[in-house]
Amino acid sequence: MVAGSIASAHGREDSPVKLEIDDLSIGYGGQTILDNVNLSIREHEIFGIIGPANAGKTSFLKALNRMDMFNSSMQVDGTIRFNGRDIKALRNVYALRSRIGVVFPLPVGLPLTVYDNVAMAPRLAGTTKKAELDVIVERCLTRAALWDEVKDRLKSLGSLLSGGQQQRLTIARALSQNPELLMLDEFSIAVDPVTTMRIEDVLKELRNEITIILVTNLVQQARRLADRTAFFLGGECVEVGPTEQLFQGDVKDQRTRDYIAGRFG
Amino acid sequence: MFAATELNQRDKNTQTLFRMGFMLVTALLILPVLLILATLVYKGGSIISAEFLFGDPTNGMREGGIFPALYGTVWLVAVALLVSVPLGVAAAVYLSEYAGDNWFTRVINLAIINLAGVPSIVHALFGVGAFVLFFGIGTSILAASLTLAIMTLPVVIVATRESLQAVPREFREACWNMGATRWQTIRRVVLPNAVSGILTGVILEVSRTTGETAPIMFTGAAFFLPFLPESVFDQTMALSLHLYVITTQVPGVPEALPFGVALVLIGMVLLMNSFSIALRMWLRGRKKW
Repeated sequence: MVAGSIASAHGREDSPVKLEIDDLSIGYGGQTILDNVNLSIREHEIFGIIGPANAGKTSFLKALNRMDMFNSSMQVDGTIRFNGRDIKALRNVYALRSRIGVVFPLPVGLPLTVYDNVAMAPRLAGTTKKAELDVIVERCLTRAALWDEVKDRLKSLGSLLSGGQQQRLTIARALSQNPELLMLDEFSIAVDPVTTMRIEDVLKELRNEITIILVTNLVQQARRLADRTAFFLGGECVEVGPTEQLFQGDVKDQRTRDYIAGRFG
Repeated sequence: MFAATELNQRDKNTQTLFRMGFMLVTALLILPVLLILATLVYKGGSIISAEFLFGDPTNGMREGGIFPALYGTVWLVAVALLVSVPLGVAAAVYLSEYAGDNWFTRVINLAIINLAGVPSIVHALFGVGAFVLFFGIGTSILAASLTLAIMTLPVVIVATRESLQAVPREFREACWNMGATRWQTIRRVVLPNAVSGILTGVILEVSRTTGETAPIMFTGAAFFLPFLPESVFDQTMALSLHLYVITTQVPGVPEALPFGVALVLIGMVLLMNSFSIALRMWLRGRKKW
């Protein structure tokens, strides 16, 4: 497969652009949360976003998925191009969302069985054969490091799993969409360190197939995973750069250095 | 150090006073129900028998059974439910899941509240004007059931809307984020989790529909009809009207008869309610978050 050749190109300047964000500003009821962000995210890279609370990280993800449509007070200005297409001009926003998997910090296990939670997206996409669904469900649950724990109770309710398990169920569900872009918002907040490492390994593998945006409070997690990292602070995108470069102190803005060094935030 | 101070003791006494007071009031609520049931069983229980339930009224409704009325009531309630549940649920789904908060939905909500406040005799006259005369259905089960359906629609709508809104919004957003349309989300996640609440509305509707007299007496229920309806376009007898008739319109009815009819009427409501409650408990046991 081409995966190998692409894998070597993580974060390289020559990878095609997956997401192009121009002059993105987000506000809620007139209050600006994120101001004038310009960046692009390339195919097959893990793009890390770090920054303290209220930096606008989550709102940024919401804008990419057109979640502003769920909340009439959320105002998004600027242009976001997904595969070169302006997502505001898209007629079929469902097709956009089905290509983007999202995981938010608080897990949402749908009140369906574990199996149906993971099989829902494939079903929406038209897969009805039991055998095919079985394969997808097992693969996604395995990747989310949950299969071993739930393989004997696929028919029990997803919403009755523990918090950490629900989080991994949410990850499995996002993967079941077979997304082109996976957005993770502090996915490890409810997950133990060992499992977090297992999921991180999966993310590294997934990079060969898809693009990942990783919002994290754990600066070291960004260092472990992200090819490039953006630092958001108080609604401003302070800096974007290759992760290693930022962590070695090669920064344009002193605030980035301070945050990474743990001097504030 | 844990010895009660005077203040502690006073708080404790007040607490006991209120607890006992509230308990007494609650216990009083059961009293009317018990009294009604006891009176009905005491005065009408002796008349209940297979012949009473499944026989025809004879001797100008002074003797015999009540089967045509019982049968008619089942018809009226069933047809009313068939109309009002789909309509009410659809309207509630629209109001809760699709419509925003704008002047249109506010007008609709106002209309629903007002519809719930309209006296049943006014519904009856509306039914005569609209269904019997204007639509030319004539006095029939259909016209009576439509009138009952309109009357109970607000109950179904409000109960359904509230149970839909009790389904956490995160579930919807999680579905939308997977690319599900509103309808796919409603069908796969929202409605299945709102069923028990919707059933509560249906229970209330059944109870009210079974007992209503005014809306059906001009639209489809007959004073006396010696044969059973064959379709929804026939008139029918009904328990509630039958009770009214033998109590006030027919002289010389033995005392046990109306009490027996009332007992059957209440028994029917209780039976249908227990069925719905059992169904609801079963559903609740299955769906949890």
